[in-house]
Amino acid sequence: MKILSDLRESGQGQDMSAVVSAIPFASFLAVEVQQQGNEVITVLPFREDLIGNTVLPAIHGGVIGAFLEITAILQLLFETACERMPKTVDVNFDYLRSGRDVTTYGRAIVNRQGRRVANVRSEIWQESRDRPIALSQGHYLLSPL
Amino acid sequence: MSDFEERKETPYAAAIGMHLAELPDGTPAMRLPYSEQLIGDPDTGVLHGGVITALLDQTAGMVARPDEPGSEETAIATLDLRIDYMGPATPGADLWATGECYKRTRNIAFIRAWAFHETKEDPVATCVAAFMMGTPNTPRAPA
Repeated sequence: MKILSDLRESGQGQDMSAVVSAIPFASFLAVEVQQQGNEVITVLPFREDLIGNTVLPAIHGGVIGAFLEITAILQLLFETACERMPKTVDVNFDYLRSGRDVTTYGRAIVNRQGRRVANVRSEIWQESRDRPIALSQGHYLLSPL
Repeated sequence: MSDFEERKETPYAAAIGMHLAELPDGTPAMRLPYSEQLIGDPDTGVLHGGVITALLDQTAGMVARPDEPGSEETAIATLDLRIDYMGPATPGADLWATGECYKRTRNIAFIRAWAFHETKEDPVATCVAAFMMGTPNTPRAPA
């Protein structure tokens, strides 16, 4: 089972919607993709079961982290020819605002891509791109450990 | 580690199946049973990193809550979270996590947490986090 290389062989390697639907956890979160040129915009529709704080209510920090990570990995898959899922080595999440009960959007920038490791920054926002709710920066391994 | 006692499970925790449990030695811990919907790499069946993020964030957040009467009402906000992935989680195996608050100030709790299969000495991932205590506990106005 080599889903990524199969997608690339069938010409769907750049189709991030096809890649997302091949990742069970991204499907579980119901992440969608809007490709805008070379930018992969991810979309996370709000759902009650994403809540981590029922008082505010706010989206769970783990959902925010996962969404940032999915956004980073999709941009990386889009820009590189890697046939295996990049593995996260380390990642730092900054939580700027609480995630409200609305749709969240994400984008990522590959800061540097080396032969084995890439450094990727991602950010997610809700009502306005100028007001990100969380940021992440991490290292992703492109070849197996 | 009575920080873990009597914590309400959040909707997201329930959705991915993580819950409070005890290690074989009686230590309170968060447990995340393996589930196919949480897979991040369909070729290997390894859990998505974001699942481990949720487990560690939840664990760290619970440890951050002060062990005092009335602290259940305190709102806690994650300021930042750094996660190091030491190796892939074993497909099919449950994940566990424990944490400790190694410094608490009036506003901030500094936390370390570990995600592992057997013991925290052999972690799948580790985390350092800072939480702000006593965030205004009011619902935000609808947009």
